[in-house]
Order: sequence, then C-alpha cells, then structure tokens
Amino acid sequence: MGSVVDNDPALPNTSDPLLAVTGVVKTFPGVRALDGVDLDVRAGEVHCLLGQNGAGKSTLIKVLSGAHQPDAGAIHWRGEQVSLQTPTAATRLGIATMYQELDLVDGLSVADNIFLGHELARVGLSRRRAMDDAARALLTRLGHAEIPVNREVGHLSAAGKQVVSMARALSHDARLIIMDEPSAVLDADEVDNLFRLVGDLTVHGVAVVYISHRLAEIRRIGDRVTVLKDGRTVARGLPARTTSTDDVIRMMTGRAIEHAFPPRVGPAPDAPEVLRVSGLGRPREFHDVSFAVRAGEVVGLAGLVGSGRSEILETVYGARRAATGEVRVAGRRLRRGSVGAAVAAGVGLCPEERKSQALLPDEPVYRNITLATLTRFAAGPFTRDGRESAAASQQAGALDIRPAGVARPVRTLSGGNQQKVVLARWLLRDCQVLLLDEPTRGVDVGARDEIYALVRRLARSGVAVVLVSSEVPEVIGLADRVLVVAAGRVVHEAAATDISESQVLDLVMEEGRVA
Amino acid sequence: MNEPHLTDAPALDPAAAEAPAAAEPLEPPAAAPPAAIPPAAAPSAAALPAAAPPAAAPPTDERARVERAAVEADAAVAPGLTGALAGKADAAEARGPGMAGWAVLGRLLGGGAGRNLGLIAALALICVIGLITAGDRFGSTDNTLTVLRLASVIGVVSVGMTFVIAGGGIDLSVGAIVALASVWSTTLATQNMARDSTFLVMVFVALAVGTVCGLVNGILVAYGRIVPFIATLAMLASARGLAEEISNRQTQVVRVQGFRDFFRAEPGGIPVLVIMFALVALVGWVVLNRTTFGRRTFAVGGNPEAARLAGINVRRQTLWLYTLLGFCCGIAAIMITARTTSGTSTHGLLYELDAIAAVVIGGTLLSGGRGTIVGTVLGVLIFTTVSNIFTLNNLTTSTQALAKGLIIVAAVLLQKRLARENTRM
Ligand SMILES: Nc1ncnc2c1ncn2[C@@H]1O[C@H](COP(=O)(O)OP(=O)(O)OP(=O)(O)O)[C@@H](O)[C@H]1O
Ligand SMILES: [Mg+2]
Repeated sequence: MGSVVDNDPALPNTSDPLLAVTGVVKTFPGVRALDGVDLDVRAGEVHCLLGQNGAGKSTLIKVLSGAHQPDAGAIHWRGEQVSLQTPTAATRLGIATMYQELDLVDGLSVADNIFLGHELARVGLSRRRAMDDAARALLTRLGHAEIPVNREVGHLSAAGKQVVSMARALSHDARLIIMDEPSAVLDADEVDNLFRLVGDLTVHGVAVVYISHRLAEIRRIGDRVTVLKDGRTVARGLPARTTSTDDVIRMMTGRAIEHAFPPRVGPAPDAPEVLRVSGLGRPREFHDVSFAVRAGEVVGLAGLVGSGRSEILETVYGARRAATGEVRVAGRRLRRGSVGAAVAAGVGLCPEERKSQALLPDEPVYRNITLATLTRFAAGPFTRDGRESAAASQQAGALDIRPAGVARPVRTLSGGNQQKVVLARWLLRDCQVLLLDEPTRGVDVGARDEIYALVRRLARSGVAVVLVSSEVPEVIGLADRVLVVAAGRVVHEAAATDISESQVLDLVMEEGRVA
Repeated sequence: MNEPHLTDAPALDPAAAEAPAAAEPLEPPAAAPPAAIPPAAAPSAAALPAAAPPAAAPPTDERARVERAAVEADAAVAPGLTGALAGKADAAEARGPGMAGWAVLGRLLGGGAGRNLGLIAALALICVIGLITAGDRFGSTDNTLTVLRLASVIGVVSVGMTFVIAGGGIDLSVGAIVALASVWSTTLATQNMARDSTFLVMVFVALAVGTVCGLVNGILVAYGRIVPFIATLAMLASARGLAEEISNRQTQVVRVQGFRDFFRAEPGGIPVLVIMFALVALVGWVVLNRTTFGRRTFAVGGNPEAARLAGINVRRQTLWLYTLLGFCCGIAAIMITARTTSGTSTHGLLYELDAIAAVVIGGTLLSGGRGTIVGTVLGVLIFTTVSNIFTLNNLTTSTQALAKGLIIVAAVLLQKRLARENTRM
C-alpha cells in the first residue's frame, strides 16, 4: 500500500506516521458517533485526543483496538492499510488499549488479569510462577510493587484497578499504547508516576495516544493534539505546548468557557450541624475519623489514592459497616451498616465507580436517574413512567446530558455523560447530606463548571456536602473546609482559604509515606 | 453456574414429558356439568380471550418502545436491506453475510415486541406441524383444551420463576414445592376439615405450604447468603422427601366435591385452570412492568451493588421474590391437584427444568436484570405444544426429551448472541 500522505501543515513530515486514520465513520442506532475522523500518530510521541463528552473519543479508540468495526474510512499502520477485525488482531500488530471503563475480571487475580488472553504457557500448561514474576515486575515498574499479584482484582480500589489495567497494556510489549482517561481516578502523585512511565515509553519509540479532560496534563506530557467535536476532527496535529488552553477549549466546545470556581458563599454563621461523624473506624482501612458538616457547608477530603477517602464516605453511608464510632444526621444516630437508614435520614452517595456501583446499563437513562426516588413518582405501588421521564429530562437538561433523549439505554452514553446520569440521580432526591465521590470523573470542562455551580447552589440551599476528589485544586476550589486524609487518618483540617495545593500535597506525602 | 444446568436438561428431561401421556388418562371424563358453573365466573371467562392478546403485544411497554425505536433508527440510517446490513457492520457482522444475517435477525428478535413476534411465529409453525402430522386429533377443541390445561400448571410456576430469574436468582425446588403443597392439601386431615367446612381449606393449605417453602428459600438466599443454586437444591431434596413422608408414597384422591366442582369447571367452555393461568400471567405482567416492585426486581437482578447503593433493600427484595415464587407453586399445586383429582409426591417432577427452560426461551436473561412475562407465557405454550404433538404422533418420551433439549439449546444460543450484541459498549 506504499506510503501515506501526512498532510499536517504545521510540522514538516519527517517520517511515515506509525498510525494514520482517515475519514473514519461509525454509526450506532440513532447516533453518528464518528463522522469523518482523521488522526495520525508518530512513533515516540504523546498524541493527545481532546473533545467534549460524547465527541467520539472512546468510539475512535474502540475502532483502533478492533472492538468496533468502522462503517467507512481507512486505517494505515506503518504505511500498510489494515483492517482490525478483532481485539486480538490489534494487539498482534502492537496496539494496546486501556479502556475508559475498566474491563478487568473481578474474580481473577491481579496476575491473571494482566495476562488475560495472552497467558504465558508452555506445552499448554500455564506458567504461573513466570506470570506472577512478570506481573510483579510490571507493577514495580508502575511504582506499585505493593499490590499483591495474587489478590483478587475485585478487592482493589478503583485506582488500584486502573494500575492493573495499565500493567495489562504494558504486558503486550506494544508499539502504540492508547490510554482512555487513565488519570480520571488518579491523584497527583499517581499522575506523576504515570507521566514518568509515559516518558519512559516514548524514549523507547513507543507512541502513546492520551485522552484526558484535564487540560493541564496535556501541556505537561503532550507533543501534539487532535481535537474532536461531534465525531469530526476539527483540528489535527497541533503542537501541544504552544496552543493556548482557551483555543483548545474553543475548538472543543465552540464557545469560550472561563474556567474558574464559582464564588464561595459558606454556611450561615448560625447554620445547624447536619452531619457528625465521630471516632469512625474500620480495621486496615481508616481509624478514628471525626468531623462535622453544617448545613450549607462543603467539606472536601483530600488525600492519596488508597488513603481511605472513599471507604470513609461509604462507611458514613452505611454501605460498609463501621467497626467503631458513630454517624449522626441532624442529631439522630444512624444504624451501623445500613444504607436504608442513611437514605431514610436524607443521606445520598454518588459512588466512585459508576459502572459497577451505580448504573443499570441496560435500563433507559430516566430509570437510572429515578432509581433512588422511585416511590416519589409512583402512585401507590404503580410506577408512572411519564412523570419519571419528565423529571429525569429536566435533570438531564440541567447537566447537559447528551444525546438528549432519556429513553435510550444508559450503556450507549459516553463515559462522561454516564457520570452525569449518576449525579442526576442524587440531585433529584432532596438530600440533607450529599456525599460526592469523584463527581467530575471523566466529565469535560464545560460540564465540570456546570457541576461546580450545582454543588454551590445545593450548598446555598442548605445541603451539607462532603466531597472527595483526586484533584486537589478541585477540593480546595470547591470546599469551604478541607480535611487531609493520609493512611487512613485525618492528619490536618483547615479552611480552604488557608491552605494551598502544595501544602496539601506535602502533608499527604509526609504522613502517607511514613505510615 | 446456571448454564451447565440448562445444557444438562436434555439428559434429565424424559420424565418431564410424563404429563400428557401418563397424567391425562387419570382425568375422569369431563366432570363439570354446565349447571355447576358459578355464575360469577362466566363474565370473567368472556373477558379472558380479550385479556390475553394485549399481554402478548404490550403497546406501552417502555423497553419495547425504546428498542423498537432503536431498530427503526437503525433502518433509517441505511435504506434497503443490504444497506441496513452494511450499516450495522459490527465485529461479528463483518465476518460474512451469514453472520450479518444472524445478527440482524438477532437484533430484530432482541427487541421486546420483535422477540415476542418471533416466538409467536415459532408457535404458529409448531401448530402447523401439529396439524400436518396429527390432523384433527391436534386441532380439535378437546386437544387444544388439554394442551392449555397442561400449560396452565407449568405456566403459573414459570411466571413466578420469571421474577426470580429477572431478580438474578434461580429456584430448583419448584417441582418439589408443588408436590409437597399438593400432598399436604390432600391429606386425610385436611380433606376432612375441608368437607366439614369449605373446600377453601385445601386451597389455603396449598398456598400456605408453597409460600412458607418460598419464604424459607428466600431467607436462606437473602439472609443466609447461600448461593441460590445450593439453597434451592436443598429445598428440592427435603420438600420432596417430606411429601413422600406425609403421603407414604400413596396417591391421595381428592374426595371434597366442592374442590372438584370449582376447579374442574369450564365456564363458557374455558377450563378454570386456564382462567387462573391467564389471571396469574396478567397480574405478573402488571407487577413486573408497572410497579415499583418490578422495577426493583430488575435493579436487583441487573446490578445488585448499584441497587443497594441507591437505597434499595436488596435482601428484602430477594426474599419477596422467592416467596412470590413459592406462592405461585402453591397455586400450581391446587391446579395439578384439581387436574388429576389427586395429590402425590410425584407431582411436579422436573418442573424446575420446564419452568426455567420456558423462561429462558421467552427471552428472560439468566443473568438477571431483564425479564418478560409475555415471552415466558409463549415459551410455556411452545414447550407444551411440542410435547403434545410428539405424544399424538406416538413418539417416545425419549424423542420428546431430545427435541426439548434441542429447543433449549437453540434458545440459549440465540440469547447469548443477543446478550453479546447488547452488552457491547
Ligand atoms: N454502543 C453504543 N450504542 C449507541 N450509541 C453509542 C454507543 N457507544 C457510544 N455511543 C454514542 O456515541 C457518541 C460518542 O461516544 P464516545 O463514548 O465515543 O464519547 P467520548 O468522546 O469518549 O466521551 P467521554 O469524554 O464522555 O468519554 C455518544 O453520543 C454516545 O452516546
Ligand atoms: Mg470516552
């Protein structure tokens, strides 16, 4: 098939691109997910793929990894036209993919997951020892030697799973590694780790396609940027370091978004205390956690992945049973380990992992949104779908969930839009206490600002909010008060105005590593 | 875990074919004189034919509507059949025209209404085969009523089973519960009491026994956290054992005239059993598709963790599902006791297989989260009609078992394909 024209005007063509995608089209029932996408990736570069939620990034990735077949368009790999019929065909060429929605098998061990589909074997017998060793080496390379290779993946945290998924991509010895929002659940420290690894890979000539909604990251590791909008390439091969963020945002969204946190209001001086957590603990997860949240206050938990933030939220909610301590809502003590009691008291939890903890993938969007408020729309025992979908549509509109119809199954939505569905579920329920675990995970810049404004609006209406986020700026920018969590303990508490990002990071590092 | 159980079915199945050949002769010749028709039953009988068709094509079923919309949107993308095929070039479909055809068929049948149409077509085809091979013996009113009576008993169990499976569980003990309830409600003591007061005593006993058994299943699964397969396997063994113990392995003939008169009546030519089945199916459809209970059932079956975190009491829901199925088994026990005018510990042998098979053929996902009552009803009718045709053609029960097995395998394969189509993200 000879060479491919690289029609990138900005940078002179030094070599054939490793991967060239031209005019790729992919339609789903009722949706044109890809509508003529062009992309070229060179060996040894970090190519960033940007676009709003639903722009088609993940769909493009799935075409490149052989999970979807395109309806039209061509893919050239090292100058040869190829057709990627199956995921195996793609890995054989040297394309490895980390999907946005983790696709690990919970019941298998870490090592088994890493080598799933390409187990090391000799005369049909799997070489367990060799696989364990190789898995351990990969995890060490990722800076996570502490993850036991024999542990069942289901027992790992979301971030731990992300690391395993990364190790799996590395295990293929690929020429091109595609990462679909790998940093969405990673904290600053982990992201540094990831970037070191990416640098290491590119030095050895491996190309990386990197997707993220955190635009600052693009500047740090990106070489070139391709922007998708509504399934089309609107800009390709821009230099990552010199294109301004405003320009990128305008290309992505078609409008300018001033990226700032809405003004802080804070709780009224006489606002009553709504949530009080005292001495809460669970063996090997966290110890002696105490804090209080007043009506209209936003309290943020900052800390490393694995420091116990999510576990604390889930225990407050009763999804995990507290071993010690108690939770009081408006003065009334909640029964331990009972989600029902928490919900009845007006507590809501927007969980960390949308796919496994929140969504009913085959059910329509509106039924996912109304899952926690079923009885409100029902007439006695009978559901009323019309009222449900009207209320859900309204929430979906407020959060700009796209595409707009709430009748389609939630699994057909893009990752960021699925996240908004989870959030909408809890916004619909009038909670007194809202626990938000990574509420902006995988959400694009525009919608992120919308969610920030929403959280503030909720607080102003008197809701007590507890927020967990891997992004320290988000915690500091959104919360009134920040608790720093390290190794399962609250090590510091301060008003958000009195603490800086670097202070938080220092605290987290010291305490976290010592313990 | 459920899969091997299903694929085992053909080997275990022969006794399930017992029904038409062995059980029917037990039935005394048409007992109910027209005079015995309770006047109140007549209007409901007239309403029956009207009640069934709407259930077969629920126009307001949201899921069906969505899926139909999706299929239509699909067709709109690429005009013409070949265009439609090309437009849907998914991984599986791109491998050849045969595969593509499969996938299109799968997608059409995957849509709620579409799938039911597929089942109706299959049922029609089977009826045509019946007419060709057995002629009038198949087409006669008598035979049709026989098929319907048989289908009714297993049908009531299958409706309950649909709930349990849609809720992510499985129940192997249904046949044993039916046997135990039928035996308990026909003991000398119960019958004497019934004769002294009213036949409703027997009805009450059967329902109570079934419900309690279901409740025990539910407690074991939901609160004892025993895998459903194991918990209900234990119930299967012990319930049947208890039934044998109580009846001393004897057939207990029903002597209560009121019971016979009521349940063997045929108001307007339609057997009471069939009316009962229609009512159970109708109520089941409403509960599954139109109530918060049904919605929670799908949530618990589809993603229990998500349901729990959304504030749904997953364990209580699970408990209710098994209890509901137990109650259905109680109803089925009354029906089979009436149909054979006896209670024995061999009633309901291998009903679990027939019921699960009917549910699966109907299109309910074995993994939970999806379920269709209409599909289940059609599945039951298909299964029973096939048995009937084989019996009429004097084919051995082994051949019947073989055919049933093939039907199950074909249905499961189709379902797997649909599941793969649908879960591709
Ligand atoms: N299996 C599917 N069936 C139907 N529509 C789909 C399917 N997968 C994706 N889509 C649609 O295709 C469009 C692009 O989705 P995609 O997942 O590629 O977005 P994305 O750019 O990755 O967004 P995000 O940043 O939120 O992850 C969306 O409108 C989505 O609803
Ligand atoms: Mg995506």
